Amino acid sequence: MDFLHDILLRPFMDMAAQPDFFIQVIWEGFVAGILYALIALGFVLIYKASGVFNFAQGIMVVFAGLTLVGLHEKGVPAWLALILTIGVMALLAVCIERFVMRKLVAQPDIILLMSTIGMTYFLVGLGEFVFGGEPKQMITSELGLPTGSTAVEFGERGLIIFQHIDIAAAVIAIVMVAALAVFFNRTRIGRALRAVADDHQAALSVGISLNQIWAIVWFAAGIVALTTGIMWGARSDVSFALEIVALKALPVLILGGFTSIPGAIVGGLIIGIGEKIGEIYWGPLVGGGIESWLAYMIALIFLLFRPQGLFGERIIERI
Amino acid sequence: MFYREVGQFKTSYAADQQVFPIRQDRIGVAVILLVALVVVPWAGNDFFLSAIAIPFLVLALATIGLNVLTGYAGQLSLGTGGFMGVGAYACYKLVTLFPDAPIVLHVLLSGFAAAALGIVFGLPSLRIKGLYLAVTTLAAQFFFEWCFIRVPWLYNYNASGAIEVPGRSMFGVTLTGPSASSTARYYVVLLVVIVLTVLVKNLIRGRIGRQWMMIRDMDIAAELMGVRPLHAKLSAFAVSSYLCGVAGAMFVFFYLGAAEPSAFSVTLSFQVLFMAILGGLGSLVGSFFGAAFIWILPILLRWGMPLVGMPLPSETVTQLTSMIVGALIIVFLILEPHGLARLWQIGKEKLRVWPFPYA
Repeated sequence: MDFLHDILLRPFMDMAAQPDFFIQVIWEGFVAGILYALIALGFVLIYKASGVFNFAQGIMVVFAGLTLVGLHEKGVPAWLALILTIGVMALLAVCIERFVMRKLVAQPDIILLMSTIGMTYFLVGLGEFVFGGEPKQMITSELGLPTGSTAVEFGERGLIIFQHIDIAAAVIAIVMVAALAVFFNRTRIGRALRAVADDHQAALSVGISLNQIWAIVWFAAGIVALTTGIMWGARSDVSFALEIVALKALPVLILGGFTSIPGAIVGGLIIGIGEKIGEIYWGPLVGGGIESWLAYMIALIFLLFRPQGLFGERIIERI
Repeated sequence: MFYREVGQFKTSYAADQQVFPIRQDRIGVAVILLVALVVVPWAGNDFFLSAIAIPFLVLALATIGLNVLTGYAGQLSLGTGGFMGVGAYACYKLVTLFPDAPIVLHVLLSGFAAAALGIVFGLPSLRIKGLYLAVTTLAAQFFFEWCFIRVPWLYNYNASGAIEVPGRSMFGVTLTGPSASSTARYYVVLLVVIVLTVLVKNLIRGRIGRQWMMIRDMDIAAELMGVRPLHAKLSAFAVSSYLCGVAGAMFVFFYLGAAEPSAFSVTLSFQVLFMAILGGLGSLVGSFFGAAFIWILPILLRWGMPLVGMPLPSETVTQLTSMIVGALIIVFLILEPHGLARLWQIGKEKLRVWPFPYA
């Protein structure tokens, strides 16, 4: 009975007893969820346009962050480093399209997946080779990002602390999603991207260059990766440990469906908030640290009821 | 000229259905077995046996395990490392609970623990397919990793949190622990791998294996033709996890000697997946090729780079190795997406019609 009580009642009593702490937990989860959603966004962009499950998105985040910080360490001013990093991501996108994707057209999913893991190995080696393997401090203030925090009074004695960088992260994420939505829906290239996502062959037949589109999509994913790298780097620091964290984007994708941008956002928030609440209120029962797998379990349970994810396109199978 | 089945007539079904129907193949296999059983232990030094041959065989077995699931039954898995860990920890528990039983028995039994968990985590595969399923196997991977850290019972409440292999002997020969000779360990691993490979080969040739392949090629059609997906998929998960579990147990007991939870991280899963894919999905001989390629290539690079006049610090070598391996994997996928096993097959075809370009 005690155990049941601990599982079913105690956490909720804790939540009610300290509402300010509960809101703080939700806020932390919300911010983590936004970062997951940003990583997942990179996956979705590429999956939609080329059907490639881009495992390298995590390392692209690290690589972009490392390039930015590394350039700044070498004496390049922050704004120039940012522009150069964007250039590097563009170059990377062109190289990936030219030397990998173009050669692997029409291969089965698993081969494409493996090629992105191969890219991961390559980028890990390259990043460590050029910039060194030790964690680096993100150049937050040099980039003009806010630091410090605001404490908001809540109720009679509660206090909720908002880190400014977290608020900035949320705002930037929203702006970026909005920009992507406009880009996809209002521009010529965006329409071409959607055409390619719908049907490669039909897009080819009306004169859309697949190669060009893929390079653009990888570049867009690179920009998303850079933003994620800056935000995440500002919260902790830029290190290769991020690569494992980036795997969290997978349950997010599962929840949202591989092809849906709103799905990535909603999935990210569900996973971020769910795992923080689980970790804080239920984690101590089993010894803590359940954050590492809780997200996957949440996704697994969701999948059992909706195999295509929350927003994914319905899977129709034919013989 | 030499490799040709002309004149080899089959007069019975048994002869027609044997694993190696061509005489030259049988001779080749016998030669390989002879080399593995006699020449390698005789000619190889301690370093070769313990750092190359033993892990190669163990990882080849894990690759076969993954190949059963991904290559034959078509269920993509990223949790191989976790299941190997389950085998290793199960074996460790068995060894400490029943110290008198022979170690090989422990190793073979520990696979069943992995198989049972494999069935549990295989259940979602009845509803989930493809890349979505891969993520659910990642759930298994991270859950197991967490268990290895947070459940002290698994490592007998060690202060270090790692499992250390106790010295055990069989028939008067020390097989595990620091004092075991590399030759003895090599023989145990080799025999286990040979026996299990033969068993898997026959499983695949038989009814169960054909069902796996039907499920892989098109599960709905297979279901309509009377294959029960529940049985086929779960048996694939069970067999695959069993092999991975045994491989994991051997990985710790005959190769590493002691293991921390990080030994069975998701990196190991990817490594084994690479072995399966580069070797060739759905091919047993490919599993050995893939394991050899992925395991031995970095070792060669680490050795070779200083030899060609690049005296580099060791971390630079590691970084360059990572880059070269990554690039080679991509190159390989582009040149031969069906893996080394396909190259092997093409080579055999060419040999058959040699000296003519076609027959």
